[in-house]
Order: sequence, then C-alpha cells, then structure tokens
Amino acid sequence: MEAGALATRDVPPSIGGASRARHGDQALRVILMGLAGLILALIVFFLIFLVLKAHPAFARFGVFGFTFDNNWDVAHAIYGALPLLVGTLITSAIALIIGVPVAVATALYLTELCPRRARGPLTVLVELLAAVPSVVYGLWGVFVLIPNLKPAEQWFADTFSFIPFIGGGKVAGPNYFIAGLILAIMILPIVSAISREVTATVPSEDKEAALALGATRWEMIRMAVLPYARPGIVGGAMLGLGRAIGETIAVTLVIGNQPQIGKHLFDQGYTLAAVIANEFGEAANDKLHTGALIAAGLVLFVLTLVVNAIARAIVRRGQHGRRPVPAQATAVAVQ
Amino acid sequence: MTPLPALSPRRRRTDLLARAVLATFTAVALIPLVLIVYYLLHKGLPAISGHFFSSDPTGNFLGDAGGIKSAILGTLELVALATAMAVPIGIGVALYLVEYGRDNLFGNAVRYFVDVLTGVPSIVFGLFIYVTLVVSGALGSSFAGWKGSAALALLMLPVVTRSAEVVLLLVPDSLREAALALGSPRWRVVFRIVLPTALPGLVTGALLAVARAAGETAPLLFTATLVNGTTFNPGDKMNSLPAQIFSDVGQAQNRLVTRAWGAALTLVLMILILTLIARTLARRSRIT
Amino acid sequence: MSSDAPVPSAHDSPVTVDPPDMTPRPGPAPPRVAHRAPRARAVDPSAAERGRQVRLSGLSAYYGAKAAVKNLHLDFAANQVTAIIGPSGCGKSTMVRCINRMHEEIPSARVEGSVSLDEFDLYAPGVDVVAVRRAIGMVFQRPNPFPTMSIYDNVAAGPRLSGGARDQMGERVELALRDAGLWEEVKDRLAEPGIGLSGGQQQRLCIARALAVDPEVILMDEPCSALDPVATLKVEELLDELKRRVTIVLVTHNMQQAARVADTTAFLLAGELVEVGPTERMFTTPGDSRTEDYVTGKFG
Repeated sequence: MEAGALATRDVPPSIGGASRARHGDQALRVILMGLAGLILALIVFFLIFLVLKAHPAFARFGVFGFTFDNNWDVAHAIYGALPLLVGTLITSAIALIIGVPVAVATALYLTELCPRRARGPLTVLVELLAAVPSVVYGLWGVFVLIPNLKPAEQWFADTFSFIPFIGGGKVAGPNYFIAGLILAIMILPIVSAISREVTATVPSEDKEAALALGATRWEMIRMAVLPYARPGIVGGAMLGLGRAIGETIAVTLVIGNQPQIGKHLFDQGYTLAAVIANEFGEAANDKLHTGALIAAGLVLFVLTLVVNAIARAIVRRGQHGRRPVPAQATAVAVQ
Repeated sequence: MTPLPALSPRRRRTDLLARAVLATFTAVALIPLVLIVYYLLHKGLPAISGHFFSSDPTGNFLGDAGGIKSAILGTLELVALATAMAVPIGIGVALYLVEYGRDNLFGNAVRYFVDVLTGVPSIVFGLFIYVTLVVSGALGSSFAGWKGSAALALLMLPVVTRSAEVVLLLVPDSLREAALALGSPRWRVVFRIVLPTALPGLVTGALLAVARAAGETAPLLFTATLVNGTTFNPGDKMNSLPAQIFSDVGQAQNRLVTRAWGAALTLVLMILILTLIARTLARRSRIT
Repeated sequence: MSSDAPVPSAHDSPVTVDPPDMTPRPGPAPPRVAHRAPRARAVDPSAAERGRQVRLSGLSAYYGAKAAVKNLHLDFAANQVTAIIGPSGCGKSTMVRCINRMHEEIPSARVEGSVSLDEFDLYAPGVDVVAVRRAIGMVFQRPNPFPTMSIYDNVAAGPRLSGGARDQMGERVELALRDAGLWEEVKDRLAEPGIGLSGGQQQRLCIARALAVDPEVILMDEPCSALDPVATLKVEELLDELKRRVTIVLVTHNMQQAARVADTTAFLLAGELVEVGPTERMFTTPGDSRTEDYVTGKFG
C-alpha cells in the first residue's frame, strides 16, 4: 500500500481539504447508522403488524385461551393451539434426544480420536448435512423414511407397549417420531459444529495433565474435555432446539398434520410451524383463520426468542474463565 | 524384571467400548447423508432430460406434467433480487458495527437484535412480509416475486451481517491506523483498505447466505407463492424450486413425484456448487 | 508444549533458608551446593523406599524428520534428584517427555532407543502406555490443576481412575497434600476450586496430584519457571524429602536451582548429552569445556 494511493487527489490538510473529508466521514457514518437503525426499526415494525393481524384470534379466544386450549377445529372456527404447542415440544424433544448425543459423539470423535488425515474430509461430510434444504429432507422423509421404517416402528411399538406413550398404538405413516428423527438429522450439523469448536478450545495442558496421570483416552475425555466443554455443548444443544422448534417444511410433510395431541410416539400430530404452512392457502379469505395462523406464528416467534435467549445466556455464562470460542465458528455454524 | 502396575481390564474395556461407541455414532451421523445422496441420484436422475429443463410445469392432471423451467428461473430471480437487497444492507450494518459501533449502546443493541434475527424461523419471516406487504397489497398485486425476495432477504440479512462482522474484525486495526495516520479520511480507509482486504471473506459469507436462501420454501409460501408459468416480472407471482417440490410432493401422482426428485436433485446441486465455491474462496485467502 | 526459558542473568543470586552459615554468592561464579535442614513433616513410615532407576539407552526423539534428542545414554539413580540443564531448545523437555511416553502424543513424533525402569523396557511392544504413566508422574511448567474440580477432587483424580478404595481416599488425599507441603494451607477448603489457589499453591497441588497415585519416578519439567521466588523456594524444599520416596528428574533452566537441590546434574546441548556427574563437580570442575562455558554463563 503506497502512501500515494491514499493521498492522491487529496489536498494536503488545510481547512478546505479537511472539511471535505469530514463531509465524507459524516455521510458514511450517517448512512451506516441509518442501516443499522433500519434493522431495529424493521423488527419493531414487523412485530407490531404481527400482533395487529393476530388480533382477531386473540380477541376471540384470549391470549391464554388461544395458546393453551386443546381444540384446533377449523371446520367450526375454534382455534386453541395446545395440540400444536405439544406437537412442537414432542418433536423437538425427540430431535434433541436423538440428535445431541450423536452430534456430541461426532464432535468428540473428530477432535480427539480421529486419525489426522480423515479429520478434514469427515468434518466436511458432517457439515454437508446442513446444505440439504428442508423441502428435500421432507421429500426424502415421505418417500424413503416413512415406508421403510414402518415395520421397525410397529415392532417397537408392539414390543414396548407397556411403556406409556413410547410404546403401543398403531403406527401411522407420518408421525411424531419420523418428524423428530428428521429434525435430529437437521440439527446435527449445528450442534456438532459448536461442540467441535468448544472441545477444540480445551487447553491442551488440561488434557496432558490427565494423560500424565495415567488416564486412558476415554478417561482423559471424561476428566478434562467434557467438563470444560459442557456449557458450550449445552448452549449448542439449545441453539439446535431453537432450530428444531421453528422447522416447518420438512415437518409438515412427515407429521401427518392432525390437530390433536397424539397418545403414542407413532401417532400423527401437528406443530405450530406446520399448521401455518399447511393451512395458509385455505385460510386466505377467512380473517379469523388467518388471524389464528398468524397468532400461531407469534407464539412460535416468542418461543424461539426465549429458547435462543437462554442458549446465549448459557454460552455466555459458560465462557467465564474459559478461552473464547472463535467467533467465526458460531457465526458460520448458525446458518 | 519388575513389572509396572497393571491396568485393570475393566478400564481397558471401558476405553475400547467408549471409543467404539464414539466412532459408531460418527458413522451413524453420516448414514443419512449417504442415503439422501443415493436416493437423490437414484430417483432424480431418471427425471432429468432436456424437456425437464426447458418446459414449464403444465398443471395438467393428465398427459404431460411438464418440466421445471419456471421453477429454476424463478429461484434464480428470487434469490438474485434477495441478494441485491440483503448483501449491501448486511455489509453496511456490519461495517457500522465494526467501524463505529464496537462498544456503544446503539451498536450493542443492533448486534443483539441481529443475533436475535438469526434464530427466527424462516416461516416467521414469510409472515412478517405477509402481514405488512402482501395483505396491504402494496404496489399492486398481493403476491409478488419481489415480496418473496424481501422475505428471503430478511432471512439472509443476519447471516450476511454476522459473517461480515467477523471478517471485518479480522482486518487488523493497525492497517486502519496506518491509513488514518497518513491523513486519509475514514470513509476512504473503509472503501480503499478495509473492504478490499475483507472482500474474499465477505463474498464467502454472502455466497453461504445465498445457498441458504435458495433452499428455503416457507418464506415463499405466502409471498411469492406458486405458479406454473415463467415470468420475469418481479411484480407477478413467481415459481421457485423449493415451492415446486413442495407442491409436487403433496400430489399423489408418480410422474409428479419423479419430477419432485429431479427438481430436488437440481436444487441440491445448485446449493452444493455455491457452497463449494464459497468454501474454496474462504480457504484460498485467509486474512492473517 | 514447554519451552526452555533463557538462563537467568547475574542479578539472580542463590537463595538459602538454613543453615544460616551459607552466604549468598553473587554473579555467575559456580555456586556452592546448599544443604537444607530436614523439615518436620508427616511421613508415612511404612511407605517403602520406592524410587527406581531410570536408564536411557540410545534414546533419540524426532519431530517428523527433525531429531530433537540424539542417541542419549543416561542413568537416573534411584531416590535421587537429577537435574537436566542446558540452553533453550537443547531437547531437555523432549527427553523428559520420552520417559513417561508423553512425547508420542504429538502427531509427527517418533522415538528410537529405549527407556528402562529398573531393567524393564518401557518401550517394549505390548507395554501399556497408561501403566507407564501411572508409575512415572509428571509436573508441568505451568501449573495445570483441572479447572472444573475442587482441590480434593484434583488430588483424588488419579487414584479414582484406578479404582482406589473409597474409604481410604480421604487419607490418601491428605497424605499427598502433606507430602506436597500444602495440607496446612488448604485443609479447611478442600471443596474449593483448584484454580482458586495462588500460582505456587497450584503447582504444589499438581505435585500432590502426581504423588497421590504412588509413582516411582516424578518428572518435573521446569516446575518453578512460572512461580515467584517464594513459591519456588517452597517447591524446592519439598524435593529433599520427596526423593526418599521417588526418583526425581528435574528439568531446569536455572543453574542455581540445580545447584541447590540436585544430587546429579546432566548437561544437554543440541539434543546430545555433553556431560553428567555429581552436581558439585559439574559446577566447580566440569570436565567438558562446553559445560564450563555454560555454567559460567558464557552462553545460554
């Protein structure tokens, strides 16, 4: 970089030159501040409109009634969102139960146990899961997972029928489990990426201390890596939860879209996000129905806000006394 | 020869077992990827043909179902427009955060809200646009391509801003200071030094955001919606690959399903290529 | 990875506690070996004198193609403190990490030759690395107590791995902390986090942690280089009693420290052993001219 490149055409500092530079600086600052402020304004703006349009539903059923009534009956224009809420929670819970252990195991394997050469390619493969769009997961779920897993699911339901909810019942094609399974696959890349970054920042001196004490590899992971990485992993899991809660298209294709709380793992169900995608077309001219769907969207929005805020708080609290995780990691991972 | 204290077999077994479990779980994590690729190729390739790419969906119940021309073109248009909206604003906001807003209340508030935006479900972005632009019938018809782009742009914005902020922060302050010390005004430093240095990283971030937006369905459902014909007018309803796939999956006809697989294959390839370019670009130029 | 710090300059003078007839000597002149009066301490009289001899035979250690240690033949006598001195980068740390087989944790690392514990070849095929590390403990350059564990848990970590008896754990922890000279300072706050202690206390905690598994050898890789002089003193005081139970290998860049605490001193240069002998002789009448140059401060 030559000094000349910067100074070309610039009058050497004089009153005239200086004020022209100041104009440019002023302009830039104002423009950029305006853009930043735009973000804030937009969010507030959208929220207001969302609440406005949801008003018909809230007015009719009350906020509490809308959210927690167990009756979503389009035919009779009754909108209580409990089945949707419960369905969202069930599928997200399944996603976490299946997805987080696998993601953390993958992270531990890739950081601590994997042969050096294989680490790069395997990491890329795990991250490729994030490149598959939601609708393709849905397509695959409908035509590959549902038919092929049905026998196994039925066997499972029959064998464990003595356990409430998990066992028993007749396996519907699309059901909670398939939706949860696909969600688990979808959140795998995020949780794995964050877990990987956190386990990579475990100070090597802690690991060496454990090894020098005569620990096996797994004991070293248990003593030095996991305790250190735990807050970050939990934060990553919560971010995955937030993603699972909001996932729409894949879920609506494989959950059956039945507005009731299923009694079994393999029953059909509904989620907040799925109902919006599924019913918006037919609700077009029905102000109450549309309002109810938008209200569902509002509930969904608030839910993800809360989950993500908790996730951020956990991660931030967990950073206390630890090395900072490189910002690129979380920035790229949360995509 | 005096032996060492022996390692209990239980510990050895636990160690081997734990290692095996971790390796197995990693393999399990990769199974879905393998299966998806397999089925995409297995079921998608048969759908591919010249006709597939050159004709629009006909919407006929019988006879020729048509191809996905309008879907591909629609995706390209929608995403291009969304990129044009989101990338300048996103980089602008990131620039503000890095150059002026590193440690003040306003900057921190903006940063926090951008963080919040990253966690918003994509369908909620569609709702945002719906309740503001579509319902009011802004600028003509209710559903329009550009409104779909607006929804996609909202989705891309936090992604672009976040990654741009990271990259801009990587530009060493010493570079900025050297330029300022030479008597250059701040805006020049930004445009002549900071942005060019950060450019590869900015492009990478933008490409990844584009790849993400290309695959999104939910925001388009009630903004640009679904339509059969090709149109180049962003004021019209516009088709898109994800919306087309979504629609075809719902129908119970084999040829439509086959078309859906073909469209899915096309979409995934597009996203993969974008992601690959982005990653190669990132690896090629690291700011140290 | 620990790196060798530069040899201290002339302002560092040997610090002694007692007997009071030792006068501090200034500058780079070869210092006299200091003798310490034994401290009163709770020794478990039934603990066997368990130190063992360590022998390096033709030991070479590589990082990739580069040899950091070349064909070393060196004995560490049982129940003695052997100091390893030498300038930065001479391979002291690498050599020491070969003894407890920590060197091979580095991806491109390779070892040739052998290390024996009382005739038992630690590198023989089929030898369990974990068992080696149980018998040979290590204290690192920077104190590294486990950050998420309490003081008690840190010391108990080692014995818990090998399934130490639960009911005796308290006694083991106390004994280890006493041997490390830390018991009186922490006995009322065993449940507090280990990283809440001062630097010197943390290092003694690490020593206690290493002692708790009853090793036969303890490797110390510049254990005092991150500590202040008072803390250094406390650690050095321990070594005289510790050596009755274990063989101690002490890597140090501080020659005065070697002179104070070591029975034998070995001088390494560029990965090779230049000379080894009783500490007093090494510092007063070294045989090799390179040794003499080093101990008189001509380079380093």
